Amino acid sequence: MGDAVTVLALRNVSRSFGPIEVLHGVDIALRPGQVHALIGENGAGKSTTMKIMTGYQPPSSGQVLLDGQPVTFANMGAAEDLGISMIHQEFNLAEQLTVEQNIFLGRELKRGPFLDKPAMRARTRELLDRLECRVSPDQVVSTLSNSDKQMVEIAKALLRETRVLVMDEPTAVLTRAETAILLRQVRALREAGTAVLFTSHKLDEVEEIADDLTIMRDGRVVWTGEAAQMDQHSMANAMVGREMSDLFPVKAATPGEVALEVRGLSVPGFSRDIGFTLRRGEVLGVAGLIGSGRTETFEGLCGLRPATGEVRVFGQPARIDHPWQAQTLGLCYLTEDRKTRGLLLGKGLRENLTLQALSKFDRGLLDTGAEERALDQAITDFDIRGHRGAMVGNLSGGNQQKLLFAKTMLADPQIIIIDEPTRGIDIGTKQQMYVLIRRLAAEGRAIVVISSEMQEVIGLSDRILVMRHGRITGELDGDATEDAIVRLAMGVTPTPLKEPA
Amino acid sequence: MSDAAVAASPRRLRMTVIGPILALVLLVIAGALMNPNFLGWDNVTNVLARSAFIGIIAVGMTFVITAGGLDLSVGSMAAFIAGLMILVMNSLIPSMGAGIPVILVGMAVALLAGLAAGLLNGILITRLGIEAFIVTLGSMGIYRSLVTWLADGGTLSLDFGLRSLYQPVYYGGIFGITWPIIVFAVVVVIGEIVMRSTAFGRYCAAIGSNEQVAKYSSVRVDRVRLMTYAALGLLVGIATIMYVPRLGSASSATGMLWELEAIAAVIIGGTVLKGGFGRVWGTVIGVLILTLIGNLLNLTDFVSPYLNGAIQGAIIVLAVVLQREGKART
Repeated sequence: MGDAVTVLALRNVSRSFGPIEVLHGVDIALRPGQVHALIGENGAGKSTTMKIMTGYQPPSSGQVLLDGQPVTFANMGAAEDLGISMIHQEFNLAEQLTVEQNIFLGRELKRGPFLDKPAMRARTRELLDRLECRVSPDQVVSTLSNSDKQMVEIAKALLRETRVLVMDEPTAVLTRAETAILLRQVRALREAGTAVLFTSHKLDEVEEIADDLTIMRDGRVVWTGEAAQMDQHSMANAMVGREMSDLFPVKAATPGEVALEVRGLSVPGFSRDIGFTLRRGEVLGVAGLIGSGRTETFEGLCGLRPATGEVRVFGQPARIDHPWQAQTLGLCYLTEDRKTRGLLLGKGLRENLTLQALSKFDRGLLDTGAEERALDQAITDFDIRGHRGAMVGNLSGGNQQKLLFAKTMLADPQIIIIDEPTRGIDIGTKQQMYVLIRRLAAEGRAIVVISSEMQEVIGLSDRILVMRHGRITGELDGDATEDAIVRLAMGVTPTPLKEPA
Repeated sequence: MSDAAVAASPRRLRMTVIGPILALVLLVIAGALMNPNFLGWDNVTNVLARSAFIGIIAVGMTFVITAGGLDLSVGSMAAFIAGLMILVMNSLIPSMGAGIPVILVGMAVALLAGLAAGLLNGILITRLGIEAFIVTLGSMGIYRSLVTWLADGGTLSLDFGLRSLYQPVYYGGIFGITWPIIVFAVVVVIGEIVMRSTAFGRYCAAIGSNEQVAKYSSVRVDRVRLMTYAALGLLVGIATIMYVPRLGSASSATGMLWELEAIAAVIIGGTVLKGGFGRVWGTVIGVLILTLIGNLLNLTDFVSPYLNGAIQGAIIVLAVVLQREGKART
């Protein structure tokens, strides 16, 4: 693609933070009307590359080329004025404003000195319709689901009639059906001549939609070219830099005694009449669409929300109104939301690691020496990489997830509920998590894995519960097909990712 | 980008750590230059003793704010406790005589009343889930009104005989160091250790930085919060015990604006108003800075002492600006 027309490109760009260089001579070129996927493990430099392309950060050396001419963006507004938009992984929305106010924020339509509300309303509705998003323009953004927020972000970018649209993991929080809508939009943008750059950890999407592909590892571009030349397996290998063996470890469950018995569990507003049994040594998968009440059900079980029902832990009737009561019984819930519920982003590794099991280190005064040793142990056991003195908010997603895991395991729970164990983390780390989960089961712990990734549920679980609209719609064996799960989860035939031509 | 933040964080830390200390040192130097008596023993002990009331309360306030809370009621609470204490002691004189036992009972009343008032604030905030600002704004008004009522709009005075017995608690001491200073020092040392090295201190910081994360980490959030308010109430009781012998009276003007001085001291000291990070020694520096400004203005003719509030106000705003500058640099 060397001499083809490029709209936005980086040439030999490096970026250093202090003495540390994190990008080494990166070249990447976006062509108009083409979808370019940028993939790599967490920490490979994808986000930094994107931020340099969109003017959020300047390069330390090298050039940003727009239409072949070197440009320097004075600030991110400057890039936006030139038709380059970026959608961030963390939403950039004013939570207390409505959908319409957000979409037009900073570029409100006016008639004389007053806001032209009817025009903005009409335009908002039109954009949302295009995205097949059913929220009302008047809805306050804080009341929207993550996927709807993502759609609002995209609507915002669509309004700007951008030449280059950069999306950082746009599908991480989307359901399958929503992903299909998003991909359709991306295709429409491509038809309109927009250059699209996006990152994703979901290689099937990449294979599905990308025209061009760039793979990064450790701050370098290790492969670039037409996406058609790579299949998912070779992409994974290039990202990790080694041969990826089977992603999922062997299931070797030898179910032991009953660890958890749930009868008639109801979480008001989210789920009703949930019942299941979980044994030691077993991995129970919970599948279902986002919004099917999976998370809320298990939060209710662990005392994180009001719930009613009968729960027996190792045969004993248990009353769990607070998370600490659950923990006393050996039952822990690992949240799907590591950034706002799992970890204190402004604190260090040690304080985060020991927070859940702090009493272990309490000898009147806290034994920080023992805490440091626990951190050493966790860094080794869970392969946490990153500066030891760093704030947790500065770790990559994968390392945060490992730390969250280590933190929960420090409390030595016997029953572990893991919600979305691999959301937003790269394939190498994913594999480590899977091995870890299986190892915990082999140690005789009882495990529940809630996941929106069908392959993950199938690859990990001995048994699978499928939820829909707050109820369990079926129980399947660990070797169930994706099709069977989707059928139960949606109550209809599965939505194809691929568009009929 | 992570590495940049890591590289920058030590510098930020240094700035927020050094800032308050630097301000204090500058004030001391300025004071020494302007008035030779400034660094004299009498003035130094005077400044420390005056700092003690607000200081003892501010240590408790540090925990409340670190855990993401706020308590506006402490000034009125002190006035109410002082009034209650005087009433109880005066009423006991006929039966028990004007002796030490009566003073001890008075002290016990102050501690219990402080603890109860703190618990009440805490229960309303944690059990009923009402904003701390609202609850303590309410209790601030209630206590202030109660003390005015108890004093019937005037002043409650401690029996004269008791007063001379009780006075050494404020004016006496050992090795020339008065009791308020000693008590203040003990409270600070304990507070610093609790904040820095106990599970309770760690939980306060965790709750203040993200209550959800604390909850999901099995921390007993409500209990920890309740304890911060209870501890603050108890410290208000202790401060009142040290304060009453100074004047031997209480009125509706007692403890006026103490809550704001205590909060200001906490913030100047580098504790984050939104919670999540607190340091007791910083609060001590904050208290000293506030007291020193008043002291300096009284010792020099340079600026009218009536401008005390204006200068304190400017310092508070400046401290917060400096904190933010430090943050923006990362």
